[in-house]
Amino acid sequence: MNALLAIVRRDLLIALRRKSEVLTALFFFIIVVSLFPLGIGPDAKLLKKIAPGVIWVAALLSTMLSLNRLFATDHADGTLEQMTLSPTPLGLLVTGKIVAHWLTSGLPLVLLAPVLGIQFDLDLSALGVLAGALLLGTPLLSLIGAIGAALTLGVRGGGVLVSLLVLPLYVPALIFGAGAVEAHVSGLDPQGHLSLLAALLALAAFFAPWATTAALRVALE
Amino acid sequence: MNNRIINWFKFASPQSFYPLTGRMIPWFWALAAAFGAAGLWISFFVAPTDAVQGEGYRIIFIHVPASWMSMFIYVVMAGWAGLGLALNTRLSGMMAQALAPTGALMAFISLWTGAFWGKPMWGTWWVWDARLTSELILFFLYIGFIALQAAIDDPRRADKAGAILALVGVVNVPIIYFSVKWWNTLHQGASVSLMKSPSMAQTMLWGMLVMALAFWMYSIAVALMRVRAIILEREAYTEWVRDLPEVKE
Repeated sequence: MNALLAIVRRDLLIALRRKSEVLTALFFFIIVVSLFPLGIGPDAKLLKKIAPGVIWVAALLSTMLSLNRLFATDHADGTLEQMTLSPTPLGLLVTGKIVAHWLTSGLPLVLLAPVLGIQFDLDLSALGVLAGALLLGTPLLSLIGAIGAALTLGVRGGGVLVSLLVLPLYVPALIFGAGAVEAHVSGLDPQGHLSLLAALLALAAFFAPWATTAALRVALE
Repeated sequence: MNNRIINWFKFASPQSFYPLTGRMIPWFWALAAAFGAAGLWISFFVAPTDAVQGEGYRIIFIHVPASWMSMFIYVVMAGWAGLGLALNTRLSGMMAQALAPTGALMAFISLWTGAFWGKPMWGTWWVWDARLTSELILFFLYIGFIALQAAIDDPRRADKAGAILALVGVVNVPIIYFSVKWWNTLHQGASVSLMKSPSMAQTMLWGMLVMALAFWMYSIAVALMRVRAIILEREAYTEWVRDLPEVKE
């Protein structure tokens, strides 16, 4: 447990010292969301309808943008190899890295999304559901994304490839995440969507670090 | 060694698998041609004209077998990949790599013929129906697998990375299918449903099954041909490949 916390602290410290990387992904998120009204037109009713989907798609893309730095820098300077040699199980260290990734790229999205939702004329309770769905969904994105990041580690054209591998796997998160907000806006209970999202999160939290570890071992062979 | 029991592991080595496939491929081609001819004959001349859909429905004889194969091949591919990961056999990874393009082709055919079928029947090329959407995502999964394997130069690493991806994918396929299904029923956007098709005439079902067998045999034949090419490519440095008559020429 100490090792896990140490990894989280270390990765957060690195992120703090290289603020621009984290901020770039965040501003990417804001810009993508702001582009949709410009492309579609200022029709408030339509924008309110598409808001959950737009914000969720932007969250997927922004998470993907930040996946590269999950393992790449540690791989480049040899830290990753030291981690595989350490007595602490690699799975635990990987979990720590995923947690840190979520804290730097997922959690800010959860906090930012309600602000962007206001631009789309979502009311207060809908904003709450949006933030709740993102709170459950963004760790899922980090977990699944970590598998893709580990598989494409040190591979030619890894950045584009990771999107091809990971985006199809993000589909359930997108459907239930955006679905929860849409259900709420149309007067239904978002409970079912949120429960499914939480179930997926539990499943991924168990399997994804394991698959990521296997992929990292393949990459470091 | 006990001679009465066939040693299946013997064929786990590319060296003994290569000549075996050489003998098997003509048979699978012959079966594919025979089933294909019989299936096409049933589907064009025996199967009656559909009361609702007219002659246009006959695309079902290509469309449904292709969809079945696209899903089945993904499972088989993941099975080979898992075997390769667990037992560390060289051939398993090669089989998975050989199956992927055929699976992608089947998914593509299924989508394309689906569009051709949808236009006259529903009046639209595409609806965001659960089955269509999940087939499209399956196609993406195949493309991802092929792209990942192509991007890694070291074949052993490519096999293992691809195997992990295939296994992650096969766990996700049912999740994706059900999520898309629930998404679709919630939206209630598409009013057409594939489920409401009237009960099928016996001959139609037979035509579909025979065509599915033809597709199956074709997939085996093509995958084996591809795996032979992969074996030759990867084992090019070995003695036995250099001694093959077709290589010597």
